[in-house]
Amino acid sequence: MAPLTWFRRHLVVIFGLLTLGYLLLPNVVVTVFSFNDPAGRFNYAWNEFSTDAWSRPCGVDGLCASLALSLQLALWSTLAATVLGTMTAFALARYRFRARGAVNSLIFLPMAMPEVVMAASLLTLFLNMGARLGFWTVLIAHIMFCLSFVVTAVKARVMSMDPRLEQAAQDLYAGPAQTFLRVTLPIAWPGIAAGALLAFALSFDDFIITNFTAGSTVTFPMYVWGSAQRGTPVQINVVGTAMFLVAVLVVVVSMAVGNGRKRMKA
Amino acid sequence: MSSATLTGTPPPPPPATPAAARRTTPRRRRGRLTPYLLLLPGLLWLLVFFALPVIYQASTSVQTGSLEAGYEVTWRFATYTEALADYWPHFLRSVVYAGTATVLCLLLGYPLAYLIAFRAGRWRNLIMILVIAPFFTSFLIRTLAWKTILADGGVVVETLNTLHVLDVTAGLGLTDGERLLATPLAVVCGLTYNFLPFMILPLYTSLERIDPRLHEAAADLYARPATVFRRVTLPLSMPGVVAGTLLTFIPAGGDYVNADLLGSTDTRMIGNVIQVQFLRVLDYPTAAALSFILMAVILVVVSVHIRRSGTEDLV
Repeated sequence: MAPLTWFRRHLVVIFGLLTLGYLLLPNVVVTVFSFNDPAGRFNYAWNEFSTDAWSRPCGVDGLCASLALSLQLALWSTLAATVLGTMTAFALARYRFRARGAVNSLIFLPMAMPEVVMAASLLTLFLNMGARLGFWTVLIAHIMFCLSFVVTAVKARVMSMDPRLEQAAQDLYAGPAQTFLRVTLPIAWPGIAAGALLAFALSFDDFIITNFTAGSTVTFPMYVWGSAQRGTPVQINVVGTAMFLVAVLVVVVSMAVGNGRKRMKA
Repeated sequence: MSSATLTGTPPPPPPATPAAARRTTPRRRRGRLTPYLLLLPGLLWLLVFFALPVIYQASTSVQTGSLEAGYEVTWRFATYTEALADYWPHFLRSVVYAGTATVLCLLLGYPLAYLIAFRAGRWRNLIMILVIAPFFTSFLIRTLAWKTILADGGVVVETLNTLHVLDVTAGLGLTDGERLLATPLAVVCGLTYNFLPFMILPLYTSLERIDPRLHEAAADLYARPATVFRRVTLPLSMPGVVAGTLLTFIPAGGDYVNADLLGSTDTRMIGNVIQVQFLRVLDYPTAAALSFILMAVILVVVSVHIRRSGTEDLV
């Protein structure tokens, strides 16, 4: 085959892989620079190999405290958003009622709004109410923007569910509670899990809304933002690399579980 | 959106479409309060912490006063015209940067989405993981990594200098001398990078739904590959293109992180202005007016798009 023909046939693959490289390049840089021993306060230029940051991940002031706070926030907002969002999704997917379109819009709008607008308007609300900015105001904000994403994920799953399965359960004398717990919930579960995972990631990584509503509370993204002005410790890269590895692991495991289920069904 | 939706008024009888009739089982039709009870907590949360703040912000934007003396609603709409007069370059910059980043995302994202949907074979899951996984690493850390990649005297800058690319871009006003950092190009590059997954995922979803046999059929009818793409694949992937464009343009237009970390004072976007006005200058009426204008612009863009494609597709 002539090289030109080969090139043309694989054009999409070549460009696709180039894009993938563009997407992954920063992660490679973050990982490599987690082994750096920077010359100055900023970890932007390569100086010398060192595993110092990996051996002392909490070696800089405030980093691990901010990480713990972010984890705590992400857990609580995921829990709340998942419960509220799942309820809303069931109502939207299963029932026809008045103003359904308006409810749909109210759920869609937070996803269609730039974060800075939501952040600014929440701040005006909190200032007007005289609320003290801190953990609780951030938690309220995180639940608010995670909610829509959970609703979307769960709704899609519930909509695609075969209603005859529930009717069959009822025909077999299952009560409403039993039908819900033994049939409906297990089928909706992948949607709920996906929504919860998304909510966790969004809350854990949120910077813009947190920056407006946190006052002097420092979450991990706020810590990174602050360090971009003061000097970036190598430990930030260690945390970034670890997060990437954990994320890949979680996705691989969840995919493996999903595939296992499919095989069992087959 | 009004509170009337939350009251226990009986819902209208379900529409007579077969789909709706199938979904509403007889037992459920009797429990008329159930949907409202299920909706109540989530909807209340969104009303109080999403809709109400927007109203507060609207009222703040027409107030006058000072931090010390307090604010009062005086219906001063001049705040809006003044804000627009002072900050129209930032609005323009936001639209241009976000628009460019969106186009770049589409050009970069489409081949990758296509690759995952049709050409990846057994590598599909792996590539999918590699697209999603960066999402879970703090985006601030990843954006900071671009400071290293685009650094003065780094590999990228040196290569582009040797090829005299930077001379051309500097002539166009995209870069500054022999630098990449602190230039519009760096900001657009960061924006493109940050929002690329938001383009790829909807594109992939709509491409994956296309039956590959349609391609074969078109090829059987003597369509050349380019024609197959133009007449079959691209039209069928339009829902993904629309959703991806929105999901990229909206957050990019309101972003201030990339402009702050990778840009300079000359690349400030409207997000930067809103942030500084709200958190440092503490000029709340101006900040609220700016944020309200941004919201209006975005709402117009979104509703035009939705009118074309329908909400249920996006929600």
